Amino acid sequence: MIRFLVRRLLALAISLIVASFVVFAVIEVIPGDPAAFMLGLNASPETVAALRETLGLTGSLPARYLSWAGGMLTGDFGISYTYRVPVADLVAGRLAVSLPLALLSLALSTAIALPVGLYAAARRGRAGDAAVMGLTQLGIAVPNFWFAMLLVLVFAVGLRWLPAGGFPGWEAGALPALGALLLPSVALALPQAAILARVLRSALIETLEQDYIRTARAKGLSRSRALTHHALRNALVPVLTILGMQFSFLLAGAIIIENVFYLPGLGRLIFQAITQRDLIVVESVVMILVFAVILVTFATDIAYALVDPRLRRRA
Amino acid sequence: MKTRRMRPGLALGAALSLAALLLALLSLVWTPHDIGALDIAGKLRGPSAAHWLGTDHFGRDVASMLMAGARTSIAVAVVAVGIGMALGVPLGLIAAAGAGGWLDEIIMRGNDLIFAFPSLVIAILITAVFGPSALNAILAIGIFNIPVFARVARGGALGLWTLDYIRAARVAGKGTARISAEHILPNIANLLIVQGTIQFSLGILAEAGLSYVGLGAQPPTASWGRMLAEAQTMVTLAPHVALFPGLAIVLTVLGLNLLGDGLRDALDPRGRGRQA
Amino acid sequence: MTLLRLDRLSVRIGAAPVLSEVSLALEPGETLGLVGESGSGKSMTALALMGLLPLGAQAAGRVEFEGQDLLALRERDLCRVRGARIGMIFQEPMTALNPMKTIGAQVAETLTTHGAATRAAALEIARARLDRVGLPADRFGLGLYPHELSGGQRQRVCIALAIALRPALLIADEPTTALDVTTQAQILDLLQALVAEERMALLLITHDLAVVAGRTGRVAVMQAGRLVESGPTEQVFRAPGAAYTSALFAASAHVPRRAPAAQGAPLLEVAQVRRDYVLARPAPLAPHPVLRAVDEVSFTLHRGESLGLVGESGCGKSTLTRAILGLDPVQGGTIRLAGAPVSPAMPRAMRAGMQAVFQDPYGSFDPRWRVERLVAEPFHLLPARPADWRARVAAALAEVGLRPEDARRHIHEFSGGQRQRIAIARALITRPALIVLDEAVSALDVRVRAQVLDLLAALQDSHGLSYLFVSHDLGVVRAITGRVMVMQAGRIVEAGPTDRVLSAPEHPYTRSLLAAAPRLPGRASPGVRPTAP
Repeated sequence: MIRFLVRRLLALAISLIVASFVVFAVIEVIPGDPAAFMLGLNASPETVAALRETLGLTGSLPARYLSWAGGMLTGDFGISYTYRVPVADLVAGRLAVSLPLALLSLALSTAIALPVGLYAAARRGRAGDAAVMGLTQLGIAVPNFWFAMLLVLVFAVGLRWLPAGGFPGWEAGALPALGALLLPSVALALPQAAILARVLRSALIETLEQDYIRTARAKGLSRSRALTHHALRNALVPVLTILGMQFSFLLAGAIIIENVFYLPGLGRLIFQAITQRDLIVVESVVMILVFAVILVTFATDIAYALVDPRLRRRA
Repeated sequence: MKTRRMRPGLALGAALSLAALLLALLSLVWTPHDIGALDIAGKLRGPSAAHWLGTDHFGRDVASMLMAGARTSIAVAVVAVGIGMALGVPLGLIAAAGAGGWLDEIIMRGNDLIFAFPSLVIAILITAVFGPSALNAILAIGIFNIPVFARVARGGALGLWTLDYIRAARVAGKGTARISAEHILPNIANLLIVQGTIQFSLGILAEAGLSYVGLGAQPPTASWGRMLAEAQTMVTLAPHVALFPGLAIVLTVLGLNLLGDGLRDALDPRGRGRQA
Repeated sequence: MTLLRLDRLSVRIGAAPVLSEVSLALEPGETLGLVGESGSGKSMTALALMGLLPLGAQAAGRVEFEGQDLLALRERDLCRVRGARIGMIFQEPMTALNPMKTIGAQVAETLTTHGAATRAAALEIARARLDRVGLPADRFGLGLYPHELSGGQRQRVCIALAIALRPALLIADEPTTALDVTTQAQILDLLQALVAEERMALLLITHDLAVVAGRTGRVAVMQAGRLVESGPTEQVFRAPGAAYTSALFAASAHVPRRAPAAQGAPLLEVAQVRRDYVLARPAPLAPHPVLRAVDEVSFTLHRGESLGLVGESGCGKSTLTRAILGLDPVQGGTIRLAGAPVSPAMPRAMRAGMQAVFQDPYGSFDPRWRVERLVAEPFHLLPARPADWRARVAAALAEVGLRPEDARRHIHEFSGGQRQRIAIARALITRPALIVLDEAVSALDVRVRAQVLDLLAALQDSHGLSYLFVSHDLGVVRAITGRVMVMQAGRIVEAGPTDRVLSAPEHPYTRSLLAAAPRLPGRASPGVRPTAP
């Protein structure tokens, strides 16, 4: 297990370094001077020179990379050009919206998918299975931002149960804040739940055809007990893979959904930064998103090992 | 006995996909109205005989824009799937042929790395540098498709490499490249076709999402995602403007997914319930 | 009272009947061998009486067990019978256990499922059962996972969980088919002892007549879903009543007629060959341990000779075979074919002189290709595909007893035996001097196997072929080879004329192999040439 952990940690570090190269390189290939690019055509040469200084654009390429990457490691992401505050503070404030949103959706989609997938697998080939699978087929096809618009139309404009958008901030209390996140997370979670339920069902059905299920049935276990006591845990490995990938989709999806609900999260921040050509913010937020995805992949690998004794016992 | 059972899902999926494709092709030569024709006086009208699906906030014909939007969606998704297949499948085959070796390791780690950049993040990066366009959307979705196809190809090929007919081909003096082309690729074609339809539908969803946030196709190119973005502010005034583009996406994606599932079942060599 | 009575049990899948009016009876404590070739319905009989038929299969008739008709029972009541009154073990021990659960938990589950014990008490009983099946506590803790055990050990766990509640009937469906001969003998001995001890009735299902010999009181023979014969084992073996049973016996002991091979010039020369595998490091930075799969093996195969290579799984015979075929490099020593060195880089023309037939009749062919293209594939070894290649494919098919028009068909249209004939045709197409037969008849039923062996013998005579016959089955090697080598842990431990090695083995390992191999009573053991009719 120690060896496994060390190897995974090493892979994590390498992924992060390579990813930072990519992000840094993409921003570096911007044709012309980033400072001039950010300031637009009408800026005076003195302003551009001053910005170059603040951006740390004066050194050589490796030196610039090292100071940028080093800054990231120590939590110094630089100063936002448009907001004139440290990017770290900016990002921290926005994460307080985006992260709870992604986690809430992940929890919701898992809570919905688990019973649905189990039900469909237990009744495979029958009417209940077909009906549920038809619904999930529809759920996958619905774009989350359009679904969000429909939710707003029904629950905010029509029924007036929940706010149509905006975020009161956590200072206003947990309940209003969660209320503001409820519709967005439902919009994000339902399509993901549909995918997860389908994966769980097919993984379960595959394990139900394994020899050890027959052994369990020959011991006298009922069909449903064999499903919950033997198939479920073995089906968890493919489900974990999807769950890990879903987190990255949820993060990306959150960026879009935040625009529907006017939530002040990372998504809003990055789009404002793009329109205002605030490259430092773009660079930092992209790096944070990538970091989150790589971290989740790492967590998924560890989870495999916890689920599967064949991985755990190695070495 | 293999009975030719009616597959309603496959038929419905094929019909929906075909309909979207035909409408997109038709829009090349004919749309009910000119999609560039503005008519501010006649804006936000509901469906009528003249405008089957109503008009938008500039008075443009929604039905015509949907047809033209289908063209954009399908073109973006087709090229993106093409990129993914053209680069991903050879990489997957190479990785499987040298499974466990350093080439395999490099290709798979590279895959993991691209997975860390979801298509939206790639699009954001590209847009931040080059500005938004449909081409960038294609690139972003296409790049993200590469590791998907590489994984599917590698996974399918790995299972085949252990089979005796591959050993027989090696005894017949064939090298890895030739075996990959002659034996492996044809036998994983089913998997690739099914994954292709899935990625195609995901591509349509991704294009809509990118256009919705302004990272995709730019005016005057019609796009379902941007239609929805523009409709959002007036959704309470004229719900139909938001309804129809969304339905177009849902029906197209649903059709492709049903087609993919239907193909998987139809192409499954195990042939359901054949062996005892 | 009769324990189990099958009364005209029939099973159909869709419209196709797979079991037709099978009637059988089993008394308490009685042992019955159920024998038949693949597809005869023997496993289906067991699954039907357990109520575990595959989806879409329907049973009719009566299955009376301890006074109640199992076919009429509700699923909930059937669950109370399974595991408690009837235990069952299956063929494939590698996949029969849940890889995510400890062996202790899996044995204890039989008890807890039926409410026979609390969890703690169940684990204690599980411990005792595992001890009884030969997995003592000091080496086999309850906390082990299946992947930490060998195939034979896993099958012992399966037996432990099947007998945990001392059922009245134990069904063993091909319990040793996936195991090596020595392990097979141990497992069969264990089953026999357990059944006697616990006064269980045993239904032993197998394709191998020799397995039931001397182990069950009665035997029943099935063919194509019907029961063709049943009676006391000894009587059936001495004087089979059904023509089918006699045919099975004849095929089991079949020896193809072979002309005595004239000793030709050396064809394949293997000298001090070593094959090493590099394993994963046991600890970070520690050196990679090396597994020596083939250890200094030397032998010579002459033209026209048929040489056997026998050994149990993992002995290195497959690794050696791959090196001889020039598929993998060797780490030491040399292999020469007709004087030229064999290696993965050897010229194509040289590969044409050596072809192979593999074990799996299903995996040996690309399912998308037609037979003619499959058979013609080795033409790749010639500078150009001959212009008359279709005629040569037709000729090769004719040689193995197939029709020329079969060339246009796809492989899934053929039976297992026909597929092995096609594999032989493919091996013949470049007119090689040597054919390596890697477990080439192991997957075939006895009667088909006898036919394929006859074909191989005839082809050897007419073409002057040399065979390297790799197998785990002593009986087959006995029938087709003139000289044999016995391999153990990467080394050749004994070699010599087949008659001598199998009748008067010198090495203790050869002796233990021969002792463990099941044999038909009153007939030839694998080591003794049958007095020929």
